[in-house]
Amino acid sequence: MSMAADERELRDDGLSSLQLSTRLESIWRTPSGFFGALMSVDHKVVGRRYIVTAFAFLVLGGILAVLMRIQLAGPEQTFLSPDKYNQIFTMHGSTMMFLFAVPVMEAFAVYLVPLMVGTRNIAFPRLNAFSYWMYLFGGCFLWISFLVNTGPDVGWFAYVPLSSLQYTPTKRPDVWAQMITFTEVAALAVSVEIVVTVFKLRAPGMTLDRIPLFVWGMLVTSFLVMFAMPSIMVASTSLILDRLVNTRFYDPSSGGHPLLWQHLFWFFGHPEVYIIFIPGTGMVSMILGTFARRPVIGYPVVILSLIATGFLSFGLWVHHMFVTGLPQLGAGLFTASSMLIAVPSGLQIFCWLATLWDGRPVYRTPLLFVLGFIVIFVIGGLSGVMVASVPIDTQVHDTYFVVAHFHYVLIGGAVFPLIGAVYYWFPKITGRMLSERLGRWNFWFAFVGFNVTFFPMHLLGLIGMPRRVYTYTADMDWAHLNLLSSGGAAIFAISFALLLVNVIISLRSGALAGDNPWDASTLEWATSSPPPPQNFDRIPVVKHRDPLWFDNDSLPVVAGLSVERREVLLTSLAEAEPQTREASPEPSLWPLITAIATTIFFIGSIFTPWAVLWGTPPMAVALIGWFWPSGSKEDEE
Amino acid sequence: MRQTIVRNVADLPTYGYGPRSGPWWGAMGFMALEGMGFAIAIGTYLYLYAVNTSWPIGAAPPDLWPGTVEVAIYLLSIIPNEMTNRVALRQDLPKVRAGLIVMSLIGIVLLVLRGFEFAHLNTRWDNSAYGSIVWLILGLHTTHLATDLGDTVVLTVLMFTRHAQPRRFSDVTDNVFYWNFVVLAWLPLYVLLDWVPRL
Repeated sequence: MSMAADERELRDDGLSSLQLSTRLESIWRTPSGFFGALMSVDHKVVGRRYIVTAFAFLVLGGILAVLMRIQLAGPEQTFLSPDKYNQIFTMHGSTMMFLFAVPVMEAFAVYLVPLMVGTRNIAFPRLNAFSYWMYLFGGCFLWISFLVNTGPDVGWFAYVPLSSLQYTPTKRPDVWAQMITFTEVAALAVSVEIVVTVFKLRAPGMTLDRIPLFVWGMLVTSFLVMFAMPSIMVASTSLILDRLVNTRFYDPSSGGHPLLWQHLFWFFGHPEVYIIFIPGTGMVSMILGTFARRPVIGYPVVILSLIATGFLSFGLWVHHMFVTGLPQLGAGLFTASSMLIAVPSGLQIFCWLATLWDGRPVYRTPLLFVLGFIVIFVIGGLSGVMVASVPIDTQVHDTYFVVAHFHYVLIGGAVFPLIGAVYYWFPKITGRMLSERLGRWNFWFAFVGFNVTFFPMHLLGLIGMPRRVYTYTADMDWAHLNLLSSGGAAIFAISFALLLVNVIISLRSGALAGDNPWDASTLEWATSSPPPPQNFDRIPVVKHRDPLWFDNDSLPVVAGLSVERREVLLTSLAEAEPQTREASPEPSLWPLITAIATTIFFIGSIFTPWAVLWGTPPMAVALIGWFWPSGSKEDEE
Repeated sequence: MRQTIVRNVADLPTYGYGPRSGPWWGAMGFMALEGMGFAIAIGTYLYLYAVNTSWPIGAAPPDLWPGTVEVAIYLLSIIPNEMTNRVALRQDLPKVRAGLIVMSLIGIVLLVLRGFEFAHLNTRWDNSAYGSIVWLILGLHTTHLATDLGDTVVLTVLMFTRHAQPRRFSDVTDNVFYWNFVVLAWLPLYVLLDWVPRL
């Protein structure tokens, strides 16, 4: 090895590959010990925490669902009190939407996107750490409030006037509204990181038409988050202000309007569905390409569909408000746009079916979940086209038909791909394979359990069972279908228990995965499993949309990056031509400290407006600490 | 997997300006989502305006002078802001320091004026939905102004320390860029708050 006289000049081409690995690992690793762990800015460490936390909230939200199904299994049961039931269905919806579905998709993106685009860390790694802490604290805030009987009880959409001070004089709606603020801050931060990672940190040669489909999906999703979530932040803030300092946004006696809430909520709430669904489709495309043993057919069609879905998703929100007395023209317009969005989704489904038809499918567990997704999502899509029509919607609004519809769309469209993704990427994240045998059991329990739980709800809705009722009388004739649904829920719950068992067993004794156990084509499989702290010893050069299938014996790479400091390669937006070697931040405790200061500010401000005054200085101090250069090599180039 | 080195990037610079730098894109991202926040707030204002027969509700329109003086200062501030940008691109440290001090002072003056503007809104947040939305919008923009001022002050101090390394000039240009957004955001808000109630 030829050591240059000036240490700063040492570059990766001056080292043997073993020396290079060791050296990069020592630069990029997370410091050891408890405080080291709190300082981590490694996207893989943060991503793993994000994934595990999101699944913990899935379990909690799932337990609430089981409690509701026990209560509804028969008529006039007293297992849950009406008040508990209100809290539980609110907590279930809020947990699943805000603490599980959106975060888990972002979590996978935080872990996978930097690997897929061939870089060493996510853009703004400290913001990423901050985002995780905010999410964790917001989730804990909601759940601790629930455990001390202050769980929100006004539905996951907290409609006014029910959620106004006059009708709910407790702190419960404030807890809900401020949990929103926590999770939105977290989601917005991740979205900016993903956008910049995709725009600037792609490996040289990864032009726009070579970006993996999951990454495209996450890019579109991130833009949806950036343009949808400000709406819910304005909504939740104005709700807290109405309740705390007597603003009049939703008070009709002073010029306010309750429907303003619904507009603000659903302007966010409808894109939210696609924020959950689009990453799911990205996962489907990745899994399908690998197991159909050929690239997904219609790559440009899939991307244009994702983008079209993204735009259209902002023009549908009023279909949640069909029964509020809209002008006919408005109802017609939103019916049309609601039906229109089925077109890009349909196009994607045809691309996937064509891929399967033309490929040589290998039916492993991830592919089974994708097939389950296609079946369930198509059913959910069809009932979606039904409720897009005003007369049908008027009939089934607020009934179990709608509950059935959105569970088909959300669980079918997002959770099935997600579980498939767990089976698919678990080997990359942990280095071990999940059991295929347990995986098949897991799939069939999930598929059967899901349909037995939710299909009867269509019928219950059609025969008039309303949502959000804690019980019903025997003479309504709803008992049999409800019992069936509850039985299905038990089967569905077992499927998640099987997944958990599979994960625990495989973590200890699963077969070793190797770098690329599925013979997949994208860059995350070009490094070891689990990947080293630096992800890649040398940044790959991309010459094809499926680099590992194209360059199957030798991966082209770049040299010339520093081995003295954390350095990433920035490339141009469209052509991914190398532009700069930029420093990447070192581990730091400041994101955690900032998140703690922000948490105190947020929680304080639902009790007193003065929190804005005394809560700001600690946040400002923490932020200055965060951005002030530490004098390390990273900062002083 | 075997690797073949096909390219050497050792000669590339370690920082860039504008679209060549990561933080610039980060600032773009935050401007996009904050801009959306303003758009939603404007939408809320117009919704309340549309559903009420009288506007402003139970109050006189805001006094014009504080907002108008602010507009003038904001527009004029673009000149020193752009000059700071140019000297930062030339990496002229003394002039960058001077530019940042001027921009910090402008921020402080605007923040003080903002206090007067709140006092001259002629309504309180709890008077009516009209009062609520004007306080919300003005509060939102004031938060922007205050955070940008904080950022500018910290950067100014930083440029007087040993940390004033070449790559910090890129941070200065990003700060300049963000200030333009604060200015640009104020113009429609000024029309909305001060002139729409006079329609």
